[in-house]
Amino acid sequence: MTAPRSGGRPADATPEPSQLDLVKAGAAADGVELVHYRQRFVVPGTKLERRAERKVALLLLAAGLGGIGTLVVTIFWPWQFKSSSGLNYLFTPLVGIGMTLALGGLGMAVIGVAKWLLPDEESVQERHDGRSDDFDRQTTVASIKEMIDSSQIGRRKLILGPMLLSVLGLTALAIAPLAGLIKKPGRQLFTTPWKDGVRLVRDDGTPLRPEDMKPGSIATVFPGVPGGLLSADAATMLIRLRPADKVHVRPGREGYRYGDYYAYSKICTHAGCPVGLYEAQDQRLLCPCHQSQFNVLDGCRPIFGPASRSLPQLPIGIDSEGYFVAKSDYREAVGPAFWERP
Amino acid sequence: MSRLTKAPGQTADFLDERFTVAGPLRRTFNKVFPDHWSFMLGEIALYSFIILLLTGTYLALFFNPSQQEVIYHGSYVPLRGLSMTQAYESTLNLSFDVRGGLIMRQIHHWSALLFVAAIVIHMFRVFFTGAFRKPREINWLIGVTLLLLGILEGVAGYSLPDDLLSGTGLRIISSIILSIPVIGSWAAFAVFGGEYPGELIIGRFYIAHVFLVPGILLALISAHMAILVKQKHTQFPGPGRTERNVVGVRMFPTFALKGGGFFMIVFAVCALLGGIAQVNPIWLYGPYNAGVVSAGSQPDWYVGFLDGSTRLFPDWEIRVFGHTLPAIFWPTVVLPGILFTLLALYPFMEARFSRDRATHHLLQRPRDVPTRTALGAMAIAFYMVLLVSGGNDLIALKFDISLNAMTWIGRIGLLVAPPIAYYITHRICLGLQQHDREVLAHGVETGIIRRLPSGEFIEVHQPLGEVDAHGHAVPISYGEAPVPKVANKLGLAGRAIKGFFAPIEEPTALGSGDPESGEHVDSGTGRERRELTDIDD
Repeated sequence: MTAPRSGGRPADATPEPSQLDLVKAGAAADGVELVHYRQRFVVPGTKLERRAERKVALLLLAAGLGGIGTLVVTIFWPWQFKSSSGLNYLFTPLVGIGMTLALGGLGMAVIGVAKWLLPDEESVQERHDGRSDDFDRQTTVASIKEMIDSSQIGRRKLILGPMLLSVLGLTALAIAPLAGLIKKPGRQLFTTPWKDGVRLVRDDGTPLRPEDMKPGSIATVFPGVPGGLLSADAATMLIRLRPADKVHVRPGREGYRYGDYYAYSKICTHAGCPVGLYEAQDQRLLCPCHQSQFNVLDGCRPIFGPASRSLPQLPIGIDSEGYFVAKSDYREAVGPAFWERP
Repeated sequence: MSRLTKAPGQTADFLDERFTVAGPLRRTFNKVFPDHWSFMLGEIALYSFIILLLTGTYLALFFNPSQQEVIYHGSYVPLRGLSMTQAYESTLNLSFDVRGGLIMRQIHHWSALLFVAAIVIHMFRVFFTGAFRKPREINWLIGVTLLLLGILEGVAGYSLPDDLLSGTGLRIISSIILSIPVIGSWAAFAVFGGEYPGELIIGRFYIAHVFLVPGILLALISAHMAILVKQKHTQFPGPGRTERNVVGVRMFPTFALKGGGFFMIVFAVCALLGGIAQVNPIWLYGPYNAGVVSAGSQPDWYVGFLDGSTRLFPDWEIRVFGHTLPAIFWPTVVLPGILFTLLALYPFMEARFSRDRATHHLLQRPRDVPTRTALGAMAIAFYMVLLVSGGNDLIALKFDISLNAMTWIGRIGLLVAPPIAYYITHRICLGLQQHDREVLAHGVETGIIRRLPSGEFIEVHQPLGEVDAHGHAVPISYGEAPVPKVANKLGLAGRAIKGFFAPIEEPTALGSGDPESGEHVDSGTGRERRELTDIDD
């Protein structure tokens, strides 16, 4: 309804054109025809109109109150987190409801204006697309060709080669800073902080003795060296099996265990999650990320799921004070597989 | 009062004398947008992106992307005294010790979930209606890139708090990068600045999350919209709608008001969710620790399909010549690579196989292109099996099914469900077409059963068009447009009288079958008027 009246070009028609005529003339100039355009309420003050106005007014009222309410709640409502329940628990929901009223009320009011009060409209606009007209195409192509031809680059062989090289050089220049990211992997993926004589400690740093664990139980242990708790590949499960469990010891690993105690890497050989769930009933370890399952009685061989390698075993023993220690690092890389791993 | 009415005119004059803007402004006002509920889906994506920018900027005022270990002393008692990174500590402080910080975090998270969801649903709309066809293939490619970047942006975002869940996610990301043949370990060391976890990754993900990816997203969204404006919107076929026009409402005032109001409503929904629906309660997970994990660890929904594929893929590790190609490489790198390539190339493949290289502005109804619709259903079935498998441990727990059985159901379902979905969808499309044709040939069922003198019962049909000398309908050709299927759609039952407690309309104007009669007067000025009546609405 509010046609831009700036520009100041008065229409030539003798009778002063109405505002709607100007709107339609402008629309026609833009290839738009208002084929259906009618006021919703020709007779003012009908019940229907009053109801529409009331609805918009109510929504705007809710929006205003909601917005002010949000600010008031944010400033005056007790908001600090407390463990005991109280008014504080309502802070976040109240702010959310206040925002919803403010934003939703305004949004619905604005849409209400468009749907209930603005004229009912159906307009048709012409499409102009596809290829440009021949004049535009020919002149543009000619301009590009002229640019190339006038430089006579085709016959300046001396420039042509170096020009390609300079493009290559610029690309190389753009890539060069990425070299700063390069870090040689080295042996890091094959080693962990475990060494001969390093104690097995719990996540609070305390070492373990054999008598600390019941048969059929499990403990997560870390290397008792500085930073050992933060090392991502050192987490190890110390498992005490029951004396009756029939263990199949892999050849070459006879000396890895200490009595009924076995230590396996906790880092899943599939995606590196901690293999956290121990099912004591059927002696399985389950990785909760992708459900690989490992048989504890058979060298932690994978028996279901996407993992294809056994969990590496850590050789363990007892030091002079009776605490568990590692007898060496893992003999193979722990965690997920990678290209360089045999 | 006169000053007040003059002010807008003077401002307009001021601007026009400097920018010569009257013409372009009027053209913008007059731009016609077609109206259909499904065209709002892309708008939801756009609006949730704006909400993400607003709330994200607020969060950045408090978040500290550092992996420096500190001892927590904040308000949340259960975690006091624990060692954690500053990233996790500042997220806890943001949640407990910043006034209104928690709701901002939750609005941000909810609108991120909504952002990707709206992109996906919008993409379904574009796919199933054929809106990607020439000349809109480039915008489809931009859209696919936006989806990919939206997922990456989400992953980078939920990795930032450095809680147990996001740390486990980072660990899996590192394993995925490690699995790439030949360059895997080098690439992982480049991304993490050394062996996982290192001390750099949160800072790197942070700058990617708040600057790099949003910048590209913003640029691509702008291009996406600029192309939309340039090419004009597609429209569904219907009376008066052709390949050469757009039928709808002008940008100003109706469309702009509806769009602006809709933005507020999307924001309101996100605010309500952020206020009353808890999302990502990181304080329950605890700080990241390489030796700890909780059962039921699920990523945000848009990564769920990759989690599912990783769970379902068998343990097929390849070892040759002293090298390893890990099994995880296939479901996490190759599979999404194939999926996104197929998605990006679909418009070109369809054009090639259907040999349809014409320009299209009229949309197709899914039923009218059964093969494409069935292919889409097949893809969705494939995706849904992966997505459900991403939560198969929770399903196994809640429904007391064996976890291994769930894995096998997923593996088999991945191969069996898509062809079944294809077949069923294809049949449904043909059936719907058939029913449309039936109505066009015989008319709409009226529900009136007549008994003939012979004793036979027939149902009376209301023909949609002309009738011949015997009173039989003259068949109407199939136009790939909606067909009224019930008598009410033809206006045979009149229109409901408005008013909740009591009628607020004069019932006299009703019942004649012409809802326009009586109270409306055309505002047109005697000019010949071409009426467009959409018979479906």
